[in-house]
Amino acid sequence: MLFLQQMLNGLLDGVYYLLIALGLSLIFSLGGIVNLAHGAFYALGAYLTIVFSPYIGFSGSFVAAPVAVALIGMAIERLLFRRFYRADPILSLLLTFGLAMCAEQALRWVFGAPPLSYSMPRELRGQIFVGDFVYSYYRTLLIGVAVVCVALIWLLLNRTSFGRVVRAGVQNPDMVGALGISLQPYMTSVAALGIGLAGLAGVLLAPIYAIHPAMGQEIITPAFVVCVIGGLGSFWGVVVAALLVGLVKGFMVAIDYPAGSTAAIYLMMLIVLLVRPRGLFGERIQRFE
Amino acid sequence: MDKILRPTRRGLIKGAGSAALAAGIGMPAISRAQADVIRIGHLTPRTGFLGPLGEFAVMAVDLAVEEINGAGGIAGRKLEVLKEDSVNPQTASVKAERMIERDKVMAIVGEISSASCLTIAQVADRTKTLFINTGGNSDALRGKDCKKYMFHIESQNSMYVKTAGRALLQQGLISGKKIYSLTADYAFGHDLTNVAKRFFAQNKGELLADDLVPTDATDFSGYLLKIRNAKPDVVITNLAGNQVTNFLKQYAEFGLSQPAAGFGFDTALAWAAGKDNFAGTWPVVWHHLLDTPGSKKFVAAFTKKYGKPPENQAWGDYMMMKILAQSITETKSTDSAKLMEHWEKGAKFDILKTREGYFRASDHQMMHEMYTITALPAAQVKNQWDLFTSSAPVPGPNESLEVIATTPEEASCKFA
Repeated sequence: MLFLQQMLNGLLDGVYYLLIALGLSLIFSLGGIVNLAHGAFYALGAYLTIVFSPYIGFSGSFVAAPVAVALIGMAIERLLFRRFYRADPILSLLLTFGLAMCAEQALRWVFGAPPLSYSMPRELRGQIFVGDFVYSYYRTLLIGVAVVCVALIWLLLNRTSFGRVVRAGVQNPDMVGALGISLQPYMTSVAALGIGLAGLAGVLLAPIYAIHPAMGQEIITPAFVVCVIGGLGSFWGVVVAALLVGLVKGFMVAIDYPAGSTAAIYLMMLIVLLVRPRGLFGERIQRFE
Repeated sequence: MDKILRPTRRGLIKGAGSAALAAGIGMPAISRAQADVIRIGHLTPRTGFLGPLGEFAVMAVDLAVEEINGAGGIAGRKLEVLKEDSVNPQTASVKAERMIERDKVMAIVGEISSASCLTIAQVADRTKTLFINTGGNSDALRGKDCKKYMFHIESQNSMYVKTAGRALLQQGLISGKKIYSLTADYAFGHDLTNVAKRFFAQNKGELLADDLVPTDATDFSGYLLKIRNAKPDVVITNLAGNQVTNFLKQYAEFGLSQPAAGFGFDTALAWAAGKDNFAGTWPVVWHHLLDTPGSKKFVAAFTKKYGKPPENQAWGDYMMMKILAQSITETKSTDSAKLMEHWEKGAKFDILKTREGYFRASDHQMMHEMYTITALPAAQVKNQWDLFTSSAPVPGPNESLEVIATTPEEASCKFA
């Protein structure tokens, strides 16, 4: 029974990674930019929640903070990312690495190095009991929000004309151009969407995690592992990998060896890379071959 | 592609030029020894997971220097402190060496990481220069790894465990009770859990499980479910830094009813958890609500300068600057050997508590009072800083200050 509980909890944990990893994967597949600064946008989302909450509450911040982060993401895409789409990936890696450090130091300057406090709104507190299993009420909401986001993004990519252009752009940007469609606005929208998702994750996790300038670093590594396992650029790959990473963590706790949970995730990544170098569901994308 | 990566000759020259310029700027212009200045090196982590605490240490040092120089310096000489981010054990030792050899500092003060304390202490011993540890807790630093030139104003893990343990014993949470503990999976956590296990055994507490937590873990939900199933009487954490805050927030979130406590703590972690999440009983070396004239003056000065009260880490670094200034005045010397002799003879210092403190000669550990703080119910909290009530000083007024420190059987230090 305890074993099942832990596996289920692990699965649910995987959902948080999903929000971060999905944005990473989207930005990579369209522009070829590995966004090391993604964690910084997550941290920004959490800090903006603290800034906005006294005026518009948690529910207001839930909308305003991700939008603000997405707008910043848009500006960064227009001013910086755009110059690196056709460049050597190592250059965009250096760019986003620098961006991540600047963002972290900026948070330290503005908000100070010590962690800041943020409490869960009173009406969202409490637990849910299902037989022997106890779960936090807030986390069930969090998971619901994440699932809705993932579903909306899937619909956007697969059932709209916007999505059709984006998917074509992933496979063959030159052909899209030849058809007379400018990819630029699509690139900007996808960057805003991906970065906004990171901001949303920051808002959602602010009530349960410590909020400090380096919090982005904590989440970016597992998110990358998820992308690599799932296969960069694959929507369902990222979804499956995020849940798998959560499951492995849950499994390590369930077999009473939580100390090895981090190592187990890397081991899984190693095995996946040995067997399937493109990741579980990685597609063959012509321009990256 | 190649075009972007291929360096041009002009680009190379420009790059080399600016690198040289940057190196020049990075070099402090104070490499000449000045007779009218007393120079001390301050090293502490300012980035990474201990960075938030290091920031309080730096603020405290700035305040202490301002006060000392404002009052005419040390025996007429100006105090100058070189401050740097110690980053990690390797960088810490390189920086310590440079401060001693090139900048001619008379002593090095600081640190929070026990691992960095050790590498700095090795440099200190080799160069026969004092290093005073203001934040590293591990017992090993005062035991098998002790060094003649290293002193500790920060309390050792044993003092933390015995202080908090006393409060838990009084609350009836140890003897004959079931204990579940979570331990940070690195040097500090391992050292602390060893001391904790010895304490449980001595006091007939039953340890149900001790789970190791990877240092990068932020989510405790799996552990909390395990704890709920194990049904312990008390949950004890041997964690540090943001992990304590994460634990507190999620402990409140999952609504576990067992009392929580811990053997490692810093008041900044309570502030970060906030009044709705902070719970339990925790040991601290000092806190900003102490009702002594010295502490009140320090808290007032710090709050005036920085707009927030000092964290317990600030106390250690502030105090050590004052102790050095006082000792240099008393011995009329900045010589490390002379100061060491003065301290080993049992010189006493006003450290803003009710009793004076002194360095124990056998392991160079400061003997002083400690406190446990207990979370106030959220409804009774008046502001974001004063989240707790304090115990009376531990040890009590009629006890030796050494009763909470390691006994010779628990840890033995042999200075080389």
